[in-house]
Amino acid sequence: MTDPRATYLDWNATAPVLPEVAAAMAEALARCGNPSSVHRWGRATRRAVEEARLDVAALVGAAPQDILFTSGGTEANQTALRGFDRRVLVSAIEHDSVRAVPGATVIPVTGDGQVDLGALDRMLAAETRPALVSIMLANNETGVIQPVAEAARIAKKHGALFHSDAVQAAGRLPLSTAALGADLLTLSAHKIGGPQGVGALVVRPDLDLAPLIAGGGQERGRRAGTENVAGIVGFGIAARQAARHIDNQARIARLRDEAERRLLALAPDAQVFGAPVPRVANTLCLSMPRVPAATQIMALDLAGVMVSAGAACSSGKLRRSPVLEAMGVAEADADCAIRISLGWSTEAADIDHLVEAWGALYQRTRAKAA
Amino acid sequence: MSERNRPPVYLDYHATTPCDPRVLDEMIPWFTQKFGNPASLTHAFGREAEAAVERARAQLAALIGAEPREIVFTSGATEANNLAVKGAAHFHRAFGKDHVVTLATEHKCVLESCRVLAAEGFRVTVLPVEHSGLVDLERLEAALDERTSLVSVMAAHNEVGVLQPVGEIARLCRARSILFHTDGAQAVGKIPVDVTEWGVDLLSISGHKMYGPKGVGALYVRRRPRARIAPLFDGGGQERGLRSGTLPTPLIVGIGAAAAVAEAEMVAEADRLLGLRRRFLAGIRALVPDAVLNGDPERRLPGNLNLSFPGIAAPDLMAACPTLALSSGSACTAAEVEPSYVLRALGLGDALAAASIRIGLGRFTIAEEVDFAIDALAGAVGRLRAGRVTSDPVGAK
Repeated sequence: MTDPRATYLDWNATAPVLPEVAAAMAEALARCGNPSSVHRWGRATRRAVEEARLDVAALVGAAPQDILFTSGGTEANQTALRGFDRRVLVSAIEHDSVRAVPGATVIPVTGDGQVDLGALDRMLAAETRPALVSIMLANNETGVIQPVAEAARIAKKHGALFHSDAVQAAGRLPLSTAALGADLLTLSAHKIGGPQGVGALVVRPDLDLAPLIAGGGQERGRRAGTENVAGIVGFGIAARQAARHIDNQARIARLRDEAERRLLALAPDAQVFGAPVPRVANTLCLSMPRVPAATQIMALDLAGVMVSAGAACSSGKLRRSPVLEAMGVAEADADCAIRISLGWSTEAADIDHLVEAWGALYQRTRAKAA
Repeated sequence: MSERNRPPVYLDYHATTPCDPRVLDEMIPWFTQKFGNPASLTHAFGREAEAAVERARAQLAALIGAEPREIVFTSGATEANNLAVKGAAHFHRAFGKDHVVTLATEHKCVLESCRVLAAEGFRVTVLPVEHSGLVDLERLEAALDERTSLVSVMAAHNEVGVLQPVGEIARLCRARSILFHTDGAQAVGKIPVDVTEWGVDLLSISGHKMYGPKGVGALYVRRRPRARIAPLFDGGGQERGLRSGTLPTPLIVGIGAAAAVAEAEMVAEADRLLGLRRRFLAGIRALVPDAVLNGDPERRLPGNLNLSFPGIAAPDLMAACPTLALSSGSACTAAEVEPSYVLRALGLGDALAAASIRIGLGRFTIAEEVDFAIDALAGAVGRLRAGRVTSDPVGAK
């Protein structure tokens, strides 16, 4: 019998749009106008875009003119990393859209999943060309928070620019480009209750960035194309709600910690990745030894529990996590790791459902093995 | 109804079209209820989103006579044009091809992409056009050589509405194994487009120019014979590696729904718009006999007019008609004070180019609005010529 409950615990892949965002977007979609047009229809949409820009800027303590709207996190990351004629260094646990920069040098991470700052310092010292360093704020698979402010200081010491992919941190950690020391910062709307198809790159105002998409003069000549007005409006509303979401993190952390405690109690041989270091409140990456991730995910899916094995990109095919690999996790263990990620509407009953379904699978596999 | 109380009339359908309420209705559930990431194939919400994306892909493909897997979703036509032009040039450079051909009247994003290529060392030929706005095929053919990788010519023009002979251009290109890209942002959903009949290799599509949402578009990439291009940027490898980034399900559902509506209604609507355009032109000519129609009078989009009113600067005319949404050219360059580079390429002098306005009729335009607009425009022309006008500071911005 199929379980009628549907428990969504894959919030790091994407999240539902907040109700207030959906309402604002429906209204924006029903209005006609191109923000570049000078007539009243155009001016009204321009105002909506600029209002949202203020809200997104406020989320990260930046000035509105520092916000460059893009089609999402991937485009923002690629704009940052391809926008300068510089040597690019990226950590080994970055999202595909950061690691995919041609010719990038890889900065190693520790066994706990934090970037190795000593290695960064040595690598930059040996670098002869001007450099650009990219280190994410919170990892999408383990949730491990990276020592970004320290990394930015090291980068600055060597005259390198510093970019941080904050896609998984926004709405979960307080953000300030100044406190982080980031010259460039990536945001994605659909990870904070905004819509898919819109993101932003926060750019230090004096940086001369080569655009990825050329054409009309939108986004101060740094990103051509008619603005995704409704998407940007939704992003703005979601950014405005982010403070409330950060207040919610303690509740989410309690749920995540409870899940972790109960799963480990059921399966003492399970392993949690990144546990000893600070993580964002919503993410749990753990393995059920000797049970492939694909088996776990399928069993959970049949039981109505939606989780994932690593990032949601590419072909949807399962592959060994490059993040866990970089952390030095043995292949056999990495192949048995799943990612559980919570969000604003996650409740205790969802955790019960997860524990029940995962526990049942664990009992079955261990009974079979016995 | 007095002019003061009349609802304003939107005549800027080339800049953007309203999202059709039927399209909007289809999109809404995908924001809040069915919100999965279409790449999350390992769970139910992801598979549901993926199925919706594939349905939309099939709807869009059907509209242009393509196979679903020939559609690559992008954030819009500007990105699709960048992907086509830069992607084709970059891919084929490794094969000794370093030459790109386009027209002086192309959309800014095609010309800018070509400018970037030129800065990278590519040879770029920007061809002039006839006074009608049409390409001179002999001149185009003469520009092609064995190192040409790509020809990019817009199917339907965003300012003057002219329809280029895409089939003929495609044949010239195919015979020489040159890729042919056409910017179809203004054509798809407005006039019948068949990639097989046309023989194009790459075709850009915009959601918000066909009554779908902004923030989504597509590039058609031919499979047989295969059009090879390099991606503009990399990442998670979505869209067969040609376009990384989470697919925005609601927007894609929207462009699919817009394609389905267009496929069902396009032919009848084009006919209706042609009638309205003729009514508009006849009405203007009756009241302002020296008005000039720019671009070929017949080979043009049914909903497009581009008119010059000698002696009257377009911004003044628009300011004098605050209840009409008009433009003096592409929205992307609307804030520029220079006259349209497109009209100058058609051979208009600066004075006439600066006196031109673009009128775009569309799905929600009715005859009564056309009649109102004729009177408003002709009245404003008369007042401006008599020197009896106070320009509206809001309308003038």
